[in-house]
Amino acid sequence: MAAVSSGTARVTLPTDEQILITREFDAPRHLVWKAWTTPELVRRWWHANRGEMTICEIDLRVGGTWRYVMVADGFGEVGFHGEYREIVSNERLVSTEAYEGIPDADEHAAVDILTLEEVGERTRMSILVEHPTKEGRDMHINSGMEDGLQDALDLLEGVAVSLR
Amino acid sequence: MARAATTADAFNAVAEPRRRQILDVLAGGEHPVNDLVVRLGLAQPQVSKHLRVLREVGAVEVRGVGRQRLYRLNGEALKPIHDWVSGYERMWSGRFDELDVVLEELKEKEAEDGSSE
Repeated sequence: MAAVSSGTARVTLPTDEQILITREFDAPRHLVWKAWTTPELVRRWWHANRGEMTICEIDLRVGGTWRYVMVADGFGEVGFHGEYREIVSNERLVSTEAYEGIPDADEHAAVDILTLEEVGERTRMSILVEHPTKEGRDMHINSGMEDGLQDALDLLEGVAVSLR
Repeated sequence: MARAATTADAFNAVAEPRRRQILDVLAGGEHPVNDLVVRLGLAQPQVSKHLRVLREVGAVEVRGVGRQRLYRLNGEALKPIHDWVSGYERMWSGRFDELDVVLEELKEKEAEDGSSE
């Protein structure tokens, strides 16, 4: 349900705990992987043109950590970090993702599963964001219409930014 | 931590899989509660309970036709969810548009490197 399509990314909510983002790229898989996992390249796209990325740290090994921070226009600093759980070069990357703007961020971290699939010379990407529990997600989106929406916006990083 | 009432908003109303099923059925048109009982394979009291939650957030409306009560979807009440998802989607689209530019450069660079070897 709640499938919306505008632009080229497609976002759906497959289950209570999940968010699925899909997109195709006109580039071979190893280059998408490179752009996704190389700090100086991530710095060039992760900001989504909504601010400036101030920190981009990637320690790409199982158990290694990552941290992205950006100063979003009209919103301020937003930071995320996590740990790599599974790495299959050019194919699959599993990591945790904690939004630093909420209390006990790590406790409520989501698990992100990036999958890259070859489609001829193109690459199909999917990012599955899994919240640990329905309650974990509820805490951010179910605390009343206005607060719930605001928390959801905060939790899901750039949403508030993109609504400016 | 304190939890909001379960009927607080549209997000919670659709967080329950059975309620989403009800919305899916009602998206296809108006139905009496019996149709929903059959389609979902649930007892009527359960269906009625879910319908009450959905009505409280305005996601479902009801009208009487003769002796029947017909339920229908009110999509407007689900707009906060739509907005939330589409905002998130816009952010990712923005990222991917930038990523396209990076990938074009990487492709060109790789082609150059390849031809110079």
